[in-house]
Amino acid sequence: MTTLEPPVVARPTAGLSRLVDRHASALPTAAAVGILALLLVGAQVYFGNFLTPRNLSALLLDHAYLIILAVGMTLVILTGGIDLSVGSVLAFTGILGARMLASGLSPAVVVPVMILGGAAIGLMIGVLVQYFDVQPFIASLAGLFLARGLAFVVSLQSVKVQSSSILWLQSTRFGVGDWYITPTGIIAVVVLAAGAFTLAYTRFGRTVYAIGGDEQSARLMGLDVARTRVLVYVVSGACSGLGGLVLTAYSGAGYPRNGIGTELDVIAAVVIGGTLLSGGVGYVLGSLVGVLVYGTIKTIISFKGAEQSWTQITIGMLLLVFIVIQQVIVVRSARRR
Amino acid sequence: MEPTPLLELRGASVRLGDELVLDGVDFRLLPGEIHSLMGENGAGKSTLVKAITGALPLAAGVMTVDGRPCVFRNPLQAQRAGVSSVYQEIDLLPNLSVAENICLGREPRRFGMVDWPAMREHARRALDTLGVSLDVMSQLGTHSLAVQQLVAIARAVSTDLRVLVLDEPTSSLDADECAELFRVVRQLKARGAAVLFVSHFLEQVYELCDRVTVLRDGRCVGEYLTRELLRIDLVQAMVGDRRVARRLAPVLRVAGPQEPPYLSARGLVATGVHGADVDLLPGEVLGVAGLLGSGRSELARAMTGIDPVRGGVLRVRGDEASFPGPRPAIRLGVVYSSENRRTEGIISELSVAENITLALQAERGVLRRLPEARKRELAASWVEALDIRPADLDRPAGTLSGGNQQKVLLARLLALAPRVLVLDEPTRGIDVGSKVEVQNLVRELADNGVAVMFISVELDEVLRVGNRVAILQSGRVLETLAAEDLTVDSLTALVTGADGIDG
Repeated sequence: MTTLEPPVVARPTAGLSRLVDRHASALPTAAAVGILALLLVGAQVYFGNFLTPRNLSALLLDHAYLIILAVGMTLVILTGGIDLSVGSVLAFTGILGARMLASGLSPAVVVPVMILGGAAIGLMIGVLVQYFDVQPFIASLAGLFLARGLAFVVSLQSVKVQSSSILWLQSTRFGVGDWYITPTGIIAVVVLAAGAFTLAYTRFGRTVYAIGGDEQSARLMGLDVARTRVLVYVVSGACSGLGGLVLTAYSGAGYPRNGIGTELDVIAAVVIGGTLLSGGVGYVLGSLVGVLVYGTIKTIISFKGAEQSWTQITIGMLLLVFIVIQQVIVVRSARRR
Repeated sequence: MEPTPLLELRGASVRLGDELVLDGVDFRLLPGEIHSLMGENGAGKSTLVKAITGALPLAAGVMTVDGRPCVFRNPLQAQRAGVSSVYQEIDLLPNLSVAENICLGREPRRFGMVDWPAMREHARRALDTLGVSLDVMSQLGTHSLAVQQLVAIARAVSTDLRVLVLDEPTSSLDADECAELFRVVRQLKARGAAVLFVSHFLEQVYELCDRVTVLRDGRCVGEYLTRELLRIDLVQAMVGDRRVARRLAPVLRVAGPQEPPYLSARGLVATGVHGADVDLLPGEVLGVAGLLGSGRSELARAMTGIDPVRGGVLRVRGDEASFPGPRPAIRLGVVYSSENRRTEGIISELSVAENITLALQAERGVLRRLPEARKRELAASWVEALDIRPADLDRPAGTLSGGNQQKVLLARLLALAPRVLVLDEPTRGIDVGSKVEVQNLVRELADNGVAVMFISVELDEVLRVGNRVAILQSGRVLETLAAEDLTVDSLTALVTGADGIDG
């Protein structure tokens, strides 16, 4: 073998290629931000009165529960899993909460019970996935049916909420001028911030990414794969419980048929926000963008006075485009190796 | 006096099921040495490696690290004791940054939070000690396999590394990358670590290693100083006395036939191939030599209809032909064996018989099913002809050793009664003994009138097997020379010719 001078291993990293090397995984999220900007600007140009403080504030208010669900879902998808139970858990905790409040229990008891109830179902799914080696799709499908069934056990009809402190979450508006934010919006923002911080700065968060990258490697690096994986589903369940609280406050009632298909909206938002379904790549803030894209499309369509079914058609097409973009990125990075 | 071994095994035995795959092996690694573990496939090399790194438990015997008895229940415990391993399939996370890949699991933290600046610094220092400069915040997956391997080593080094196990680290690296790896390994040696280097490449073992331990059939044959050990003796130690004479018999070269080429290419253009001229003559083996990136596999794939041809002419027996896919090529008797045995060749779950008759069945189509009895008869004849071991038709092909899997693949192609056989790295990752068998087999096929194209990174092998050797550079055939006129050195010089190193 020839003896050679030690060659320079790293490719010369000029500005742009360095940026790409560092943030290759943020590309889909960047694309989502671009789409959101395009939607907002386009709607403003078309309608002339779209980008108003009122409208934008309502966007957050209307989708606070989706944002909360999306945070939990992002964690699950990052590990390479999926949680189909979120819509049903939302309905179950919502109706359970409404029923408990109606029977005179204090919100100080009801709220923790809702969150813990969601977490408990998440725990069940997580244990099934981690220790019984059940596919996340199947395990969370079981969670979906279980929670929906439980919701109907609690009540077949919608239950109105009279508790002032729960309704306060929705009716209070802190604001400047026409801008406002409700306590539910604040909850969503806090959950979002906590999610983003956890993923970036804690070992738990980095382990979530590591599991999505390669579970075996993560284990060899001494990361606690089992605990993290279970915890991810628990967090998603707790987020669903919290989402149930926010939705109950938003609609002023618990309803056992709430959130049918919501899990799919959430997954769509997370994917549009740039999280790879295969795991390991994605951001919580991307999921926020995904929810906002979803919400904006919905608002545009109601502005236009068109059928809401167009929302689903548009989301479907966007999803298609994004999955193709992601696939191109994945293939490209595989080829570069 | 010799220093105390950093790691020592005494009477180590490992059981897999009922089988004793490692039987009373003594093994030691001294500080500041590069040690190689040699043996045929199934000799127990990987078992020994797994025992050292905690992936398999010892059934008997003791392991000491620094003179203290140690038991590793899992690879993590071994790592914590300073025994790390870097495998061919790298155990890292392509979706995370280089820094995290080096530090994760023991990342610096402040108030329970990951301390990113400290982590970057830590990673940079680990890479520095290896003399590698890299943007530690770049995503690991954006780097080449060779760089990823260095990152894996940096990860090992950033702990208190005593023993580093490199299992087949060079099989997917090109010459420059190997040189870089060797430089890093020598640096580790200079720092007093022990490196266990497992490789099938004799050349590399001789270039790099101080000492060799040879295993055969799960037992230790001996420990030698590399510089005192002749290659022939090493091979003899690996395969044992009984087989060496037959296996190392010089390959008989029949005088080159003067028939017209069965398959020829003129100015062939395809992905990675830029105007190649090739002639494949019946009864002749054409060796193909070239660096990584010279278009070896690309040429083979273009000539067999796997990849589309974008320019130039392919002729079969003088008539122009085009292969829009592998099927038309097979119909004309041109078959290809992929270098990626595992992903593009052997179907691990299917039985040996199924694997052998697969291509033939596919050729006949679903409607004309091969009768089961005919299938077995056919498979049995090939198993016997190629000496596939164990000779069990119903065994899942994935459980065979690498050399035997390769033979099953060959059998599958031969069942098609091909006129042209294009073999891409048929001996990669199989042990010395099986290598010689495959080489002899290829020669025999040629002697029976098949035209063979034989691609290999190992130049001595290309010379041994080929009647002529085509030298490939940047997707072109630079020259085609008679193998008799070449030596390994002259061929190396041609292959690495100055203008051939493409970026």
